Amino acid sequence: MEKFTQLRGIAAPMPMPNIDTDKIFPAVYLKTIKRTGLSKWLFQEVRFRADGSENPDFVLNQGPYRQAKIIVAGDNFGCGSSREHAPWALTDFGIKCVIAPSFADIFYNNCFKNGLLPIALPQDLVDQLMDDAKKGANAVLTIDLEQQTISRPDGEVVRFEIDPFRKHCLLNGLDDIGLTEQKAADIGAYEEKARATRPWVFGMTQKAGA
Amino acid sequence: MAQPRTLFDKIWDSHVIAPAGEGTYLLYIDLHLIHEVTTPQAFEGLRAAGRKVRRPDATIAVSDHNIPTSNRSAGIDEPESKLQVDTLEQNVRDFGVPYFPINSINQGIVHIIGPEQGLSQPGMTIVCGDSHTATHGALGALAFGIGTSEVEHVLATQTLIQAHAKNMLIEVNGSLGAGVSPKDVILAIIGKIGTAGGTGHVVEYAGSTFRAMSMEGRMTVCNMTIEAGARAGLVAPDETTFAYVKGRPYAPKGAAWEQALAYWKTLPSDPGAHYDKSVRLDTADIAPHVTWGTNPEQTAPITGRVPDPAEIDDPLKRAAIERALQYMQLKPNTPLVEVPVQRVFIGSCTNSRIEDLRAAAAIAKGRRVAEGVRALVVPGSGLVKHQAEEEGLDRVFLEAGFEWREPGCSNCMSMNNDRAEHGERIASTSNRNFEGRQGPNAKTHLMGPAMAAAAAVTGHLADVRQLG
Repeated sequence: MEKFTQLRGIAAPMPMPNIDTDKIFPAVYLKTIKRTGLSKWLFQEVRFRADGSENPDFVLNQGPYRQAKIIVAGDNFGCGSSREHAPWALTDFGIKCVIAPSFADIFYNNCFKNGLLPIALPQDLVDQLMDDAKKGANAVLTIDLEQQTISRPDGEVVRFEIDPFRKHCLLNGLDDIGLTEQKAADIGAYEEKARATRPWVFGMTQKAGA
Repeated sequence: MAQPRTLFDKIWDSHVIAPAGEGTYLLYIDLHLIHEVTTPQAFEGLRAAGRKVRRPDATIAVSDHNIPTSNRSAGIDEPESKLQVDTLEQNVRDFGVPYFPINSINQGIVHIIGPEQGLSQPGMTIVCGDSHTATHGALGALAFGIGTSEVEHVLATQTLIQAHAKNMLIEVNGSLGAGVSPKDVILAIIGKIGTAGGTGHVVEYAGSTFRAMSMEGRMTVCNMTIEAGARAGLVAPDETTFAYVKGRPYAPKGAAWEQALAYWKTLPSDPGAHYDKSVRLDTADIAPHVTWGTNPEQTAPITGRVPDPAEIDDPLKRAAIERALQYMQLKPNTPLVEVPVQRVFIGSCTNSRIEDLRAAAAIAKGRRVAEGVRALVVPGSGLVKHQAEEEGLDRVFLEAGFEWREPGCSNCMSMNNDRAEHGERIASTSNRNFEGRQGPNAKTHLMGPAMAAAAAVTGHLADVRQLG
């Protein structure tokens, strides 16, 4: 996974609450068996008109926001389906950070597996950053993950919280599976113990009607 | 004395392998359900790293999201859907994972077949790359949806790195009134706590309403826990649970059954266990519900009216309602029973079990689908379909003008051809009324199966209690 250390870029305002994963990545495009090149379907229903042309009212189609690296959004961003296609499409477009008052749990987890930083902040701070994000070419935020800070266009610095383990993984671009494989002995020991206390759950998908 | 623990705490504690980092733990997974949509990239990752599936005997696969629900023997028309199903079939062969083929009677929606086959059992950790995995919590299991990277992690290691969620209690007491279904209970709960009301929590459903509820009803409730923001919702196992599991194909038998049963009986929450958040409802306040907006908290009793944004003080809420009404093409203060529908969908992992089909058929019997309405009934699995046919429900639906289909996810998220025509308004027993989910510009009203059947035969949203 790509490391996430610092990010400086345009922030796009999306002030609606409950931006769900169907909106971020419509189900009809889930037929792909790839995880790359998915930005063409990002926000498809609102980004494009029925004839396939761009909808000029949609923020990511407007001037400097075409280069947005950050989204500032309303409450409960990423609610709904577990589809990881949502963060895949966002990062493929160039979005590396989403700032919102809250995130849906599965989406939040999925972000960290893909070098995408979700930052949850109190509503009043999000409101201020939303105002910043409305400044077009001047809507530039700088995120420093090590310092856990967001620098606003006027130079003011906002601090954010993040789980230390997830921060460590993002800063170092660590692959979770590799980390877990280092605990193979612990997993083996757990399985041996569980086989003794809950033997009926072992081998279960291979013993229908047994 | 040991600290009293909740059902969730007990399952969690018995599955923690080791701490994984500050605030996170390595958690063991007992059962991994997989389907065609969220796994191709995970298997691709395994191949690229030269990894195997650690526990094929704890993994089971089925195709459900993409598959046609009519003329199944002709195969899959749409090339991309076919590629995704073919890819799953290749992957399960290469990695030795058991699979229910499309034309098997055991095939069905992944969240229907887990409980139906006796795979989902009390006290287990169950995951699937699908947010409605919460369904299996009805068995007293810790079951939650995961992303594709986590699917790959479970395939490779049979574990997940997880933060400990908080405990939330939702207690509902009282018996359900005539015409009120488990779907109405969960819609009322979501209406009360909101789409993010359960975020960061695991919900335990308790109280006399759930004690008296069938397993099918508990599954409907747990299924939609994710629509309130909580990844998992569970119901303590009891005699209803044990009677349901007993004798199913993958359930333990003989001495193993007795051993499992003794263990399952230790799982319910201890008296005095701590919940970080509690919500209480009384069934006296729960009428048949429908959603009027574009997220599942935008719900109201069928006797109500479309809300008027002018009466809402909170500017964010007001804007959200205005936007929802604009998308839904509804005027404030319209009585809900006056809203016409063009399409009806009875199915999905929320409401496609035998009880749901019986409830819908009871309303359909001796009536006709209203002119200009197209109504689909999509059973949740081959076994549900077979049982419904044994009971003659297919005849009831067909005689009333409903379409009787093959099992699958179908028009819930419309990855196959079961899609609403542009802008159609749908009475649907599924779980999400998001913009565009059931078709381009489709307008979804969520409700229970009898209510959806009532909408089909009247041609508008209707109070099932008026149909008798």
